Amino acid sequence: MTDSPAKKSGATRLVELLGERVYAMVLDLGAIFTLFLQVVTSMVRPPSEIRNIVKQMEEVGIRSMPVVLVTATFTGMVLALQSYAGFQRFGATSFVGSVVALSITRELGPVFAGLMVSGRVGASMAAELGTMKVTEQIDALTTLATNPVKYLVMPRVVAATIVLPVLVVFADLLGIVGGYFVSVYLMGANPYVYIAKTYQYLEFKDIYTGLVKASVFGTLIALISCHYGFVAEGGAEGVGRATTRAVVASSMMVLISDYFMTSFMF
Amino acid sequence: MIAITGLTKHFGKKMVLDGLDLTVPKGKNTVVIGGSGTGKSVLIKCAVGLLRPDAGEIRIDGQDIIRMDERELVRVRRRFGMLFQGAALFDSMDVGENVAFVLRRLKMYPERQIGEVVEEKLSMVGLRDIQRLMPAELSGGMKKRVGLARAIASEPDILLYDEPTTGLDPIMADVINDLIISLRETLGVTSITITHDMASAYKIADHIAMLYKGKIIEVGTPEQIRTTSNPVVAQFVQGRAHGPITDESEEFVRFVSR
Repeated sequence: MTDSPAKKSGATRLVELLGERVYAMVLDLGAIFTLFLQVVTSMVRPPSEIRNIVKQMEEVGIRSMPVVLVTATFTGMVLALQSYAGFQRFGATSFVGSVVALSITRELGPVFAGLMVSGRVGASMAAELGTMKVTEQIDALTTLATNPVKYLVMPRVVAATIVLPVLVVFADLLGIVGGYFVSVYLMGANPYVYIAKTYQYLEFKDIYTGLVKASVFGTLIALISCHYGFVAEGGAEGVGRATTRAVVASSMMVLISDYFMTSFMF
Repeated sequence: MIAITGLTKHFGKKMVLDGLDLTVPKGKNTVVIGGSGTGKSVLIKCAVGLLRPDAGEIRIDGQDIIRMDERELVRVRRRFGMLFQGAALFDSMDVGENVAFVLRRLKMYPERQIGEVVEEKLSMVGLRDIQRLMPAELSGGMKKRVGLARAIASEPDILLYDEPTTGLDPIMADVINDLIISLRETLGVTSITITHDMASAYKIADHIAMLYKGKIIEVGTPEQIRTTSNPVVAQFVQGRAHGPITDESEEFVRFVSR
């Protein structure tokens, strides 16, 4: 650089900064896509890493279960409360059950599970791999005849892809149950009507599209978090930065990809 | 034998290795000395294929590893063992699992023999009955020794040591020096050590090479290096604060602050 930053006008600096950010983002996207291809090709090569996959499924699935279930229950409950208040104004309170069931299965179950897993699992993946990177453990893997992508990333991506829909099945169930309890026991809705309305408008498609979304969220969260862990550098500070980026990027990707999947699938 | 010619590596605009040439004879320990941040680690990471250089050749028994694809590299890397600066033990595994890692990955022994083999490797570095400990429970010197046991587990014929004595007390540093010498004698391995610890370099080296400004500026036996006529090498090995290496940066500092 020949001219110093002080000589530039504010507008030039702004455009430059924007360009730098966009450029960095495109680089990250490219790297994440490359990582995805490496994960896919490493799945078919021996050894199978099945033990690692099971270990990660436990980490992603069982350990995230409580937080996902609590979130889903309260989401269902507040949804019932809000829609009851709204529907009362035009006397349609019998439809609360349908609204809760559809919103939870199509949208809120997968998205909230995705966001919670981004925070909990994304952070721990980025921090763990980031620490391994800065302490040269990832280099050590390579010198010990082990491909780090195959050994570390592939099991995490596979586990998250499989386990997230399972989490969402439970989240859907508890969200609906939470809505039922609020409607029936607090708002005094008729339990039979509520259950009938829940069944009446809920299609199988609503549930499985939600599960497909959850699966994609799982893949994205694991890929993004592993990517930021892998590129961490500069000691503890670098690991902290990688973790923050992983959580922010994977939460954003959950919401962005959710929009596009919804627009394609329904 | 490892023959490195014209090795060049940039990071961004910074030239780290600038056409470096170095020959590492078979069965000998070649020590590369040089200041912090002069690219010593980059050199051995290129040698083991962890970093891809921009240009140059690294021939291991005649095969150029820079032109290899990832699959061929994996095969060549089995000939290497590397001891990392901070030992780089996998902290989610205990000592036994760390040492056995490569044995299990490559299925070199049946599972029931692994315990025995690991104990044998650990005894080669003077440790025993620590297989169940976690890396966090070990002292710095023990970590390095476990790291060494892990590096030699697959019986490599080339060993790379990244600052093996840095951060250790003088006694433990000498224990590591003795281990490096005895491994060379008992296993007949070719090794490259990078260090800035001159006491260690004089003790373990068959040849010493000085890395300065991205090039090897002098190679010789420890005696030749000790009595060198090159002022840059002399300043480094005698550890003087004033000399050609620091003069240049002082001039630079004066130039900048003017």
